[in-house]
Amino acid sequence: MSVLKINTNLTRRILVEFIRNEVERVGFSRVVLGLSGGIDSAVSAFLAAEALSPDNVWAILMPYKTSSPQSVADAKEVVKATGIHSTVIEITPMIDAYFERYPDASRLRRGNKMARERMTILYDHSSLYRALVLGTSNKTELLLGYGTIFGDMASSINPIGDLYKTQIWQLSETLGVPKQIILKKPSADLWTGQTDEDELGFTYEDVDTLLYYMVDRRYSRQELIELGFKDTFVDKVHGMVVSSQYKRRLPVIAKVSYRTIDRDFRYARDWET
Amino acid sequence: MKFSVALAQISPYLGNLEKNLEKCERIIEQAIRDRIDLLIFPELALTGYFIKDIVASVAITRQSLVLERLLKYSKRVSIVIGAVEETRDFKFHNAAFYLEDGKIVHVHRKVYLPTYGLFDEHRYLAPGNRIRAFDTKFGRMAMLICEDLWHPTAVAITAMDGIHYLIGISCSPGRGIDASDRLGSSITWERLNRTYAQIYSIYVLYCNRTGFEDGVNFWGGSEIISPSGEQVIKALYIQEDLIHTILSDRAIRRERLSTPLIRDEQLHLTIQELERIYRERFED
Repeated sequence: MSVLKINTNLTRRILVEFIRNEVERVGFSRVVLGLSGGIDSAVSAFLAAEALSPDNVWAILMPYKTSSPQSVADAKEVVKATGIHSTVIEITPMIDAYFERYPDASRLRRGNKMARERMTILYDHSSLYRALVLGTSNKTELLLGYGTIFGDMASSINPIGDLYKTQIWQLSETLGVPKQIILKKPSADLWTGQTDEDELGFTYEDVDTLLYYMVDRRYSRQELIELGFKDTFVDKVHGMVVSSQYKRRLPVIAKVSYRTIDRDFRYARDWET
Repeated sequence: MKFSVALAQISPYLGNLEKNLEKCERIIEQAIRDRIDLLIFPELALTGYFIKDIVASVAITRQSLVLERLLKYSKRVSIVIGAVEETRDFKFHNAAFYLEDGKIVHVHRKVYLPTYGLFDEHRYLAPGNRIRAFDTKFGRMAMLICEDLWHPTAVAITAMDGIHYLIGISCSPGRGIDASDRLGSSITWERLNRTYAQIYSIYVLYCNRTGFEDGVNFWGGSEIISPSGEQVIKALYIQEDLIHTILSDRAIRRERLSTPLIRDEQLHLTIQELERIYRERFED
């Protein structure tokens, strides 16, 4: 745990300044985000409210019929605690209409479809409110690929994408996120009883520590094993990081000209701002 | 020689020369009203940092109108500013200009262009090939740019060249969050500034930028360190700031009287041994 300990006041200050800067430099003053009732979107909402004032933050709650009622209740607690705007848009009609065609669709397909349905709603409200979509994916799930490409992984700016899950927990306490949200087991809530740690087969505590040494400190496989990580655990996590690389990149473009976007046509996104 | 110096810790626009020039000019006019003698801006203050393929369109030559505008101001306040310099043979350098009394007194071209981790400078820029001290109205100075200062050999050259004041300008990205109340990058910089000031009995005038570019923060925290290694002034972390103080060479004199490290330097010995090392390493 100690290697993952962060100074939460300093982290909070950087992330608040980040949101304010990256929103305002492109001529916006608002953000919209999906609020699930989980810790990641709660933390993003608190940071955005502090950066832009609660009046400039729109939260959208997008439950499906199988979503836990507790999730919606927790999301509403975040709205109350931060004073941000909120709307509830049930995604059940859209999802069910689509899967009438595929009654035997797997949980994975259904989960991905829900994540992408939510994404389209957020981007529609981005246009409606003239607000940037605020991302809520953390570093652990981004590295493991534990998210839906063009679904929950899609956003305009993401304040928490360089923080591991265990660091999000630390930050949430400083921000005043309601206790029950911090204490409950993390879940994508795509089906009843789902929890991240059951599905992944390891705890965030363990995988965050491993990822810290593997990614941030560049320990080799042998050095990780010498630190005490099981070889099977190291190989499994390494495999997840490698096989999900495509989710973290733009689509691959076939090069035919001298200047291809992102390969030899290279500009920062904040170009001329 | 007493003079007033200000550090302008700004957040430049990325790739917008005109807006940055206007921003700097407003600060220069303020400095003139405040009777500042020497005003220091950060590395690449006229362009922003992650300029990549923008480099050619924000570069200035020594004859450019941009420099002409700044040179006019330099009759009333000496100015240090970072920009991309385009040479006659179309090379692009990350450069620091020292402007005084309407003249370009010195240009330092960044020697060490970091090209690793989040840095990509050598891809877009040409490295400088000299490190020189120069005389100003206020004393003998040298300018180094960011990564240059992470090479103690570069700083040693300026110290051997007889400087009183070392001007360091940077775009240092904030990174390395842990339990500490400072970022890893700022801790290292602050350690370097204090060490150089103390071991060479010089003032270190360090001007870092602030703001964000594509999610990368620049941590600010500009400072002036005295020849005894003490902090004289310190700017805010993470946000824009303008700080100033009065300096003179008296503290350098006192420090060199009590600890005459510079007097006792054996330059010939250093050169002799470095030449031997060079021969042995590269000429076998």
